[in-house]
Amino acid sequence: MIRLEKRPNPSRAVGMMTPVLAVLLTMVAGGILFAALGKNPFVAIKTIFYDPILGEFAFYYRGQLLVKGGPLILIAIGLSLGFRAGIWNIGAEGQYIIGAICGAGVGLAFYPADFWFIFPLMVMAGAAGGFLWAMIPAILKTRFNTNEILVSLLLVYVAEQLLASMSLGLLRNPDGAGFPGSRNLRQYEAAANNELIAGTGMHWGVAAAFVAVILAYILLNRHMLGFQIRLTGESPRAARFGGVKPNLLVVFCLGTSGALAGLAGLFEVAGPAGQISIDFNVGYGFTAIIVAFLGRLHPAGILLAGLLMALTYIGGEAAQATLGLPAAAIQAFQGMLLFFLLAVDVLTNYRIRWAKLETA
Amino acid sequence: MKRRNVLAGAALAMSLGGAALAGSHEPVKVGFIYVGPVGDGGWTYEHNQGRLAVEEHFGDAVETVFQESVPEGADAERALTQMALQGADLIFTTSFGYMDPTINVAAKFPDVKFEHATGYKRADNVSTYSARFYEGRAVQGHIAGKMTKTNKVGYIASFPIPEVIRGINAAYIHAKKVNPDIEFSIIWAYTWFDPAKEADAANALIEQGADVILQHTDSTAPQAAAQGVDGVITFGQASDMSEYAPLPRVSSIIDNWAPYYIARTQAVIDGTWASVDTWDGIGPGMVEIGEISDAVPADVKAEAEAMRDAIAAGGYHPFTGPLKKQDGSDWLAEGEVADDGTLAGMNFYVEGLTATIPN
Repeated sequence: MIRLEKRPNPSRAVGMMTPVLAVLLTMVAGGILFAALGKNPFVAIKTIFYDPILGEFAFYYRGQLLVKGGPLILIAIGLSLGFRAGIWNIGAEGQYIIGAICGAGVGLAFYPADFWFIFPLMVMAGAAGGFLWAMIPAILKTRFNTNEILVSLLLVYVAEQLLASMSLGLLRNPDGAGFPGSRNLRQYEAAANNELIAGTGMHWGVAAAFVAVILAYILLNRHMLGFQIRLTGESPRAARFGGVKPNLLVVFCLGTSGALAGLAGLFEVAGPAGQISIDFNVGYGFTAIIVAFLGRLHPAGILLAGLLMALTYIGGEAAQATLGLPAAAIQAFQGMLLFFLLAVDVLTNYRIRWAKLETA
Repeated sequence: MKRRNVLAGAALAMSLGGAALAGSHEPVKVGFIYVGPVGDGGWTYEHNQGRLAVEEHFGDAVETVFQESVPEGADAERALTQMALQGADLIFTTSFGYMDPTINVAAKFPDVKFEHATGYKRADNVSTYSARFYEGRAVQGHIAGKMTKTNKVGYIASFPIPEVIRGINAAYIHAKKVNPDIEFSIIWAYTWFDPAKEADAANALIEQGADVILQHTDSTAPQAAAQGVDGVITFGQASDMSEYAPLPRVSSIIDNWAPYYIARTQAVIDGTWASVDTWDGIGPGMVEIGEISDAVPADVKAEAEAMRDAIAAGGYHPFTGPLKKQDGSDWLAEGEVADDGTLAGMNFYVEGLTATIPN
């Protein structure tokens, strides 16, 4: 019989190191997996972790790391605020979709006009869309005490239906011969979120992600609200005595994470994706949850975790194409990362006790 | 802003193009981008069979690479760029949603040839190709109309794009011809490949009384769902799915991409590749009708095979008037045959279908 016993004083240093340890364990276990599939594990690990950064085609991949990591970081920063306070927004994917629809909708409404304010207006619409979509679980929670996990998650599927409806109806490209999908915003200069410096992958969304990292750091460390968020997460009772208004905190955390997810959606639809289509969303909102925890809910950690997650995607794709690894093996590899992180976390806070079976 | 982008774009194109040139090599490298896993048993499986046929045909003269389960969007663009950077000479993108990514990447790699399946945008180095699946749907519709006892046909559709709508119309017209009481229930799955959703759709349709299930999605899940139910028949989609024969699977539409992929690879080797729009059907062998099983009465089987042969020989077109649109307006006069332009952009149901196209 195995029992878990809480460690009285879990080591802080080990706590900081767990993500690194998890990555190393993932490399080892992943290597065994790749070897079992008949591929050279060292070549596979090198293809995933080394080649995108320093390999032959790194000039292209480095930019792609930002393209893939940007939305993950932006969403994860927002989620981490709520997660610290014990407010669980699981529906960032839905807020991401709604942000994209609202932002793209504003842009397309002006087509083909060429005003400087179109793109800024789209950015505002994207943030507002995500914010309002997140207000549904927030208000239901503060008014009726519903569970924000369920409400926000289920609203993802509602958002997906809306997305399909928009691609087929209201936002469909009138010149598209009846095929679903909106006009390509990248071909509409006034609404395009193009690379700020060509070839670098750096677009407004990546810039916004970096700004969000800095602002979140300031908020958590230098601001009363940040203190209240941390206090609520660590000791809800103390927080209440300390004058924290729980409802306000719910609205703030869900609203901020919704707005950031909406922004990520807008920057994606106006940039890398280019158009509203039925398959526009590819799971950034869910992957960002992993990123938030991998980064220890700390802004700097999330920055690194987002880039690491992007690396496993891009390196994983490269491994598929060059080594013939199946897509499922790459997904299993990414899954291992979360699994090992959680496992190492548990062992940091608990120790295993081998106990004889006893009657209670 | 505009000028800076143009200049920067040119610089990028030069650096990318240079990399592609530096990678010039023997053998010819052919890449494939798949929307599902190669083991889906349907659409992607058949494209992969085509890839394997290319490997077998050319041996060491050709090297193939592929990437499966590539999402349709920004990720596709990266997967394509990656293949082009690594020296692919010819890349097949095998799903509708890869259209814009294919065009974008092709503009950056003018020396690489691209082939996009089921789309409508071409460029000097981008061809399009598709198959006239609706010819097979006509044969299915005939068998469905004859075989159903409940007069209810369930149709699992993927996305409301012209290709899928064409299939629904072709099947309905030919079912109605032999069974005036026929009704079609259509469920939109909004996915090409999701076994769980497809199975749910099949079960829902069967519960509503459908005893024929047609699918325009890629997995075998609807076949498996129908297997346990008495009197329900299905048709294999994209691939033969013969492991479900003789019941519930009574026939199938098989996509045979191998001859096309071999011909296009040969054209690249010979230096004769040019941008074309190919749309082939049963006649040239791009669409095949899978073995009609013994669960189908001999006379129905003979009629279905006769229709198949007539379509192949060019003597019969599945969209031959008189036909009206769903709203009752005239579409094709007596004996008139639909033109390819209308078919390619088909966004309406024919008269008699009661559902509406979602939007």
